[in-house]
Amino acid sequence: MIKVLLFAGMQERAGTAELQLDEVRLRISDIKSALEKKYDSPQMFIGCLSAVNEEFADDDTEVSTGDTVAFIPPVSGG
Amino acid sequence: MKRFEIVTGPILVQDIIDKVIRAEAGAVNTFIGTVRELTKGKRTVFLKYEAYIPMAERQLAKIGDEISARWPGSRTAISHRIGSLDISDIAVVIAVSTPHRAEAFDACRYAIERIKEIVPIWKKEHWDNGEMWVGDQLETAAYSKGHPESEEDKND
Repeated sequence: MIKVLLFAGMQERAGTAELQLDEVRLRISDIKSALEKKYDSPQMFIGCLSAVNEEFADDDTEVSTGDTVAFIPPVSGG
Repeated sequence: MKRFEIVTGPILVQDIIDKVIRAEAGAVNTFIGTVRELTKGKRTVFLKYEAYIPMAERQLAKIGDEISARWPGSRTAISHRIGSLDISDIAVVIAVSTPHRAEAFDACRYAIERIKEIVPIWKKEHWDNGEMWVGDQLETAAYSKGHPESEEDKND
C-alpha cells in the first residue's frame, strides 16, 4: 500500500485528502498518470511538486509499499 | 522547546525570541508576518492556512540549518500558524539571534523568502465576493526549474 496525500486546491478538486494505492511499487510519474485519469484532469499536476516521505522527489523516483507520497501545489506560506 | 513549529493558536512573539536569545548573541532580529486586509484592491475578510505539518516543520528546520551554515553563530526559531486567521493576526514569527546585528537582519530576511519557496504551507484568501488558494506570490507557480531552488541566493 502506498499512501498519497493531496493538499489545498488539489485536495478540494479531488474531494479527498488521502488515497491508498494497492500497488507494491510505482514511479511518481505513474501515480500522476493514474490520478489524472481517475479525476479526468490532465492539468492536475502542472506547477506541482512531489515529496516522498517528506522529502522533495522527482518524477522518476520509485516508491513502494509503506511510502507516503505528497503532491505539493505552489506554496504560499509567510 | 521546538524551534521550528506549525501551530494552530496565536503566536506570542516573546516566546519565539526566548528560543534564540543567549549570552553569545548581541542581536535578535524578528520578522512578524500578519494578515493584510487589502491585496491589489481586494478586501480580505479572513484567510485560512493549511500545511503538510510534519514536512513543513522539517523544511522550517532545514531553513534553520541553511542559516546556521551561512551565518555561523546564529540561532533561528520559526513558528507558523495555520487555521483561520483574521485581519492583523500574526501568521508567522521568525527570530534570529547572531553575535552582531548585520547578520541578524540578513538571516531573518533569508528565512521569510525561503518559507515562501520550500515550506508546504498554503493560504486561502476569503474575500467578500469569493475565495482562492494563493499559489504564486513569487510567480513561481510553475517552479521554472521543476523544483524549489534550494541553494540559490535569495538574499539580495
